Amino acid sequence: MEVFERADLAAAVVTAGGQHGNDPHNALQVCLQLQQQFSCVPADAVPMLAHQLHTTTGHITSLVSFYSFLSETPRGLYDLYISDSISDHMQGSRQLLHRLCLALGVRPGEPRLDGRVTVSPTYCTGLCDQGPAGLVNGHPLTRLDDSRIDTISRLIENAVPLDQWPRELFTVEHRIYRRDLLLGTPLERGDALRSIADQTPEEVLRELAASGLNGRGGARFPTALKWRMCREASSETRYVVCNADEGEPGTFKDRVLLADYADDVIEGMTVCARVIGAREGFIYLRGEYAWLRPHLEWVLQRRRGNDLLGDAILGDSNWQFDISIHMGAGAYICGEESALIESLEGKRGTPRNRPPYPVTAGYLQQPTVVNNVETLFSAAHIAARGSAWFGTSGAGGTKLHSVSGHCERPGIYEFPVGCSVGEVVTAAGGDGAIAVQVAGAAGELLLAEEFQRCIDLNTLKTSGSFIIFGPDHDLFTTTANFTRFFAHETCGFCAPCRTGTQLARSVVDRMAAGRAFGRDREAIDRLIDVTPALSHCGLGGTAMNPLRDLRDKCPQRYQALFSEDDTSVLHFDLEQELSEIKTLTGEIPEAEQ
Amino acid sequence: MRSTTPQGNCDVIQREPGQKIRIASCSLAGCFGCHMSMLDIDELVVEVVHHLEYCRGPLNDVRELRDVDVGVVEGALCNEDNVKVLEQFRANCDLLVAVGACAINGGLPAMRNHFGLTACLKEAYLDAEGVVNPEIPRDAELPRLLNRVRPIQEVVKVDYFLPGCPPPAAAFTELFTALIEGREPAFDEDMVRFD
Ligand SMILES: Cc1cc2nc3c(=O)[nH]c(=O)nc-3n(C[C@H](O)[C@H](O)[C@H](O)COP(=O)(O)O)c2cc1C
Ligand code: SF4
Ligand code: SF4
Repeated sequence: MEVFERADLAAAVVTAGGQHGNDPHNALQVCLQLQQQFSCVPADAVPMLAHQLHTTTGHITSLVSFYSFLSETPRGLYDLYISDSISDHMQGSRQLLHRLCLALGVRPGEPRLDGRVTVSPTYCTGLCDQGPAGLVNGHPLTRLDDSRIDTISRLIENAVPLDQWPRELFTVEHRIYRRDLLLGTPLERGDALRSIADQTPEEVLRELAASGLNGRGGARFPTALKWRMCREASSETRYVVCNADEGEPGTFKDRVLLADYADDVIEGMTVCARVIGAREGFIYLRGEYAWLRPHLEWVLQRRRGNDLLGDAILGDSNWQFDISIHMGAGAYICGEESALIESLEGKRGTPRNRPPYPVTAGYLQQPTVVNNVETLFSAAHIAARGSAWFGTSGAGGTKLHSVSGHCERPGIYEFPVGCSVGEVVTAAGGDGAIAVQVAGAAGELLLAEEFQRCIDLNTLKTSGSFIIFGPDHDLFTTTANFTRFFAHETCGFCAPCRTGTQLARSVVDRMAAGRAFGRDREAIDRLIDVTPALSHCGLGGTAMNPLRDLRDKCPQRYQALFSEDDTSVLHFDLEQELSEIKTLTGEIPEAEQ
Repeated sequence: MRSTTPQGNCDVIQREPGQKIRIASCSLAGCFGCHMSMLDIDELVVEVVHHLEYCRGPLNDVRELRDVDVGVVEGALCNEDNVKVLEQFRANCDLLVAVGACAINGGLPAMRNHFGLTACLKEAYLDAEGVVNPEIPRDAELPRLLNRVRPIQEVVKVDYFLPGCPPPAAAFTELFTALIEGREPAFDEDMVRFD
């Protein structure tokens, strides 16, 4: 294993720390920088980091153990992730992962001894519309197939630097198949700011409230009310945070907005800042989207140059607001707003007790608005054009859907709020679909007979994930994939979710292996009742939805997963379970293993 | 909250008047903390001895096990001996009660799963600083370790779970009282603990 020179580590720690003000609140950002440099956060660097950032070694190790994209041991020159999110899974991501591992002579998740490469499975990389997808050293890999996998393994074996890899491996397309109010009428840079420049915050809030805009991140909280609560909370300092964690499997509309409409999103943040009285904002960008960061930095810089951001917005020195980008590191839970704030403060992403809500005690305990990318994007358009314009297509305007799975045209669809599931399926060419998963793993499975249901605030909330399942799809695959996802992503803070998700995964694993029994069925029934009821946050609150939906909506498939043969002793192969110790003590020679 | 599992059936235990309920207990990979908590039932013990017969376990060092009504199992499965004891319990007890975090979730002993058995043993017996005569112990007297530490319900059917580390004495009190009264136990919320 690679050994790092202490002097190199010390220099890297001093540089990274210095670039982040040696502030313990930036510990995660500093760790990420080290990870990039050394492909790990080396154990020897931990005390140095603690010293440099005026914090404890426990704090640093707590981050390394929590975030998937930080590792203790070097991942090597090429650090690969292959998405096993359901949409990618349906396109054969598993086989591709194994093909790559076989070609490179590695096991998934384990670094190759020569320090060349690590290949790990991961969940959604936000590229479901052009999967199977993956990441190499943070760069997106799209449309993977056997031949691309073989190309990649050759490039790695030959140690070809990334900038000499064929560009088409990295091509990301942003396909928008249906444009409505928002995507159909582009905003000139600064339009929203100019139109609110003469309005009072009250006037802006009144327009926003009249538009009926509510949160696009999934919870659908009225945006104007959120801003008002923050504005009215007593404090000198307030913050705006753009939630660009987009971790829900199957969602990628925020990616498209950040890539093609970054100005609009940032403009929405600037409008919000003006209304609530904030001078500082953050974009919390998920680690999987690190490749979007240079573009976003460039847009921010251009806006500063155009007086649309910075010390004197539109030349008004009383209007000051700036934005910095904070990176996430591969934790779905950090999309939950209070966990996100913890992460912004450089800690593990453990959801906070609520109340107090972020609007009164958020970042650094100051009033903070956390909004989804699309919410801010929509707010900018409403600020520029008025509430009546947004309201024309029915209450609450339009919503973006990220459509993937078994359909002809996976991509972005903007539909009026209240459209039916079937309309989206048809538009995407999902003929013959047997089911759709709306709102991702945390959402709901809808069978074909439910396709007339409307996607709106009261009946079917969604973050915008829309995964279509064709006639040959086994819905248990989806259940298993999502259940494992939650077991992987639970933050571990509270027992009902920490243990509940693991128990659910172990049953699902046994179902897949044909070793689930009647008592497991009872165990699942209990988990479905208990886990959401006792969990601390929304992750535990929704983690059992996939099993619940399979049980309630596909009873035949569900029953077939259990064998009634409920003998009192489970299958347990003692000899197999003793294989390691036998090898270690020489009872069986290593070669036989 | 009514806990923890409706799977079991305390009223399956039929007894003649004057006949005692036969109880056995064991500690697999556990710390005896659960047994300590079980002994912590205070004056209930006076009542209990009239109704329950403790027929096998670490408290009396009897190894034999036959026709037991209730088996109380502390600890996870970490070696082959644990598996045998557990199978013996399952085969001879009408009801099996898993007590404590270790039995239910693997608990503390299962922390080794994170590193893998081989890595743990190498660190302890071969590679650690100051090791003399580096060698992985091997002896007929030493039960061989399993690849992974497992909670007991992964191997046998469990009828009741008393969570906690350890479960509070009140939970044992309720369990024993319910057995004596021939009803389903009802655990208050504060008796159902996970940490
Ligand atoms: C487990 C979990 C994950 C979440 N992930 C996201 C996310 O990736 N993006 C997002 O915008 N909101 C996410 N949310 C919702 C946020 O907590 C919050 O409601 C949202 O950012 C508020 O913004 P909005 O009002 O603009 O929707 C998540 C919530 C939970 C419970
Ligand atoms: S419900 Fe799950 S994710 Fe949420 S705080 Fe509890 S353990 Fe963490
Ligand atoms: S559950 Fe806790 S008290 Fe009981 S054996 Fe395990 S560690 Fe000891």
